[in-house]
Amino acid sequence: MSILVIAEHDNSSLDQATLNVVAAAKAAGSDIDVLVAGENCGAVGEEAAKIDGVNKVLVADNAAYGHFLAENVSALVAEVGKDYGHIFASAGTNGKDTMPRVAALLDVAQVSDIIRVESEDTFVRPIYAGNAIATVKSADSTKVITVRTTSFDPVAAEGGSASVENIDSAHDAGVSEFVSEDKAESDRPDLGSADIVISGGRGMQNGENFKILEQVADLLGAAVGASRAAVDAGFVPNDMQVGQTGKIVAPQLYIAVGISGAIQHLAGMGDSKVIVAINKDEEAPIFQVADYGLVADLFEAVPELESKLKEVV
Amino acid sequence: MKVLVAVKRVIDYNVKVRVKPDNTGVDLANVKMAMNPFCEIAVEEAVRLKEKGIASEIVVVSIGPKASQEQIRTALALGADRGIHVETDEEVQSLEAAKLLKGVVEKEEPKMVIMGKQSIDTDNNQTGQMLAALMGWGQGTFASEVAVDGEKVNVTREVDGGLMTVGLKLPAVVTTDLRLNEPRYASLPNIMKAKKKPLESVAPADLGVEVAPRLSTLKVEAPKQREAGVKVEDVAELVDKLKNEAKVI
Repeated sequence: MSILVIAEHDNSSLDQATLNVVAAAKAAGSDIDVLVAGENCGAVGEEAAKIDGVNKVLVADNAAYGHFLAENVSALVAEVGKDYGHIFASAGTNGKDTMPRVAALLDVAQVSDIIRVESEDTFVRPIYAGNAIATVKSADSTKVITVRTTSFDPVAAEGGSASVENIDSAHDAGVSEFVSEDKAESDRPDLGSADIVISGGRGMQNGENFKILEQVADLLGAAVGASRAAVDAGFVPNDMQVGQTGKIVAPQLYIAVGISGAIQHLAGMGDSKVIVAINKDEEAPIFQVADYGLVADLFEAVPELESKLKEVV
Repeated sequence: MKVLVAVKRVIDYNVKVRVKPDNTGVDLANVKMAMNPFCEIAVEEAVRLKEKGIASEIVVVSIGPKASQEQIRTALALGADRGIHVETDEEVQSLEAAKLLKGVVEKEEPKMVIMGKQSIDTDNNQTGQMLAALMGWGQGTFASEVAVDGEKVNVTREVDGGLMTVGLKLPAVVTTDLRLNEPRYASLPNIMKAKKKPLESVAPADLGVEVAPRLSTLKVEAPKQREAGVKVEDVAELVDKLKNEAKVI
């Protein structure tokens, strides 16, 4: 049975997370098609056709899909995907919003946020904020899957030569509309795919103080994240949250500054290759997972880190 | 308008989770249970809608064993008006939960269903979206703001990259994110009053739903534990280790 992968994109370019999803799909089977649903998204279709290992790209270009409203896109995915053995999407907010609707429309279960493919019907996923790892087998004829993209190495963006087909079907459920969006513009790398992440917690005291993290981030080409405590306190916006219910990151280097290390935070960064913790409380749980711990006042340590880094990078 | 809130009984947020030695699941024997934190936020939002005069009645529903009535009572103490307990000792997966909720929704005909975006046990993040699909309704998932305006609701959603606001026709499903509100605590007089509020119990069969899991859990394991590393003396040593030992900068 073939596999349908739902492309993640912004109507103009393909989100690299799609490459990780294709990698996960490849672990479950070989015959992979990609669906690009959007508005004026032809360029994305062209880009998807170059992904290594993709057989066919289906492009549904319609105003109803322009803002990826789940009510509309799910009807399309259910229609296109019903004869596939698997439908794979990223476990980003679009996938989380849309795929359970697809599963319900097809009357099948969904397996959320998988970190490994054991076989074509068996998948591994974290539960209880990553404090337990479940191996789950699906009995459904179409398996609806969302993928934790940091757990799969991306396939090559180039090298494929898939055919591109247009799909005419327009599903406008007529129950929802796009009103507005407020997206942070940043020159820094994306939190979910950055090689280095530096995050601040409650210990930062206010949003203004995140500047000292940003200066270090810019030296290292890093993304800036935050703990739930820092977001809840209003220091920084929600899209910076790393944790069980925020972003899941697994960079080469994660620097936790003024973060105590609640299990919900560890769930979002515990797979990082190297973890550094800077905290003045030597009992903070973050030190139990940190490769390198520095017990220090962050307001002295971070500026010093910046100046020392200037000497070596 | 009538608002339906779905709540789930889960392991308490602060309890350390332990995997059973036989790898069949997580040990829940003698473990403190509580209302799922996202569901508390859902109850709070409904109560605020009632305080603003937008909601006229709040019906709280929970699916699960007898003990789930504790969480329904908690919601009643926080301001819900009456409870419905869908009683089952079977494992209820998201799709079945959505079908059971659909049965309740068809009977109660609420204008809005508010529920948590995910439960902190299975971390699935599915049931609200599935219910909305089964009803053919719009959905405002991961809500950080809910603004009802006549027959419409604007929901501001926490999405990758920031915030997005959608306008939904009512009835609709809203699922809560962390920053929608800060739930209140139940006062003692309200806890006492909640004991007298109506609580009806129904069986899945009464709602025409057969609970039959599609997914089978083959095993549950503890995650690989990270070993604590070393403490460095100062920033200079840290930079040296990162450069020469870990080689990540």
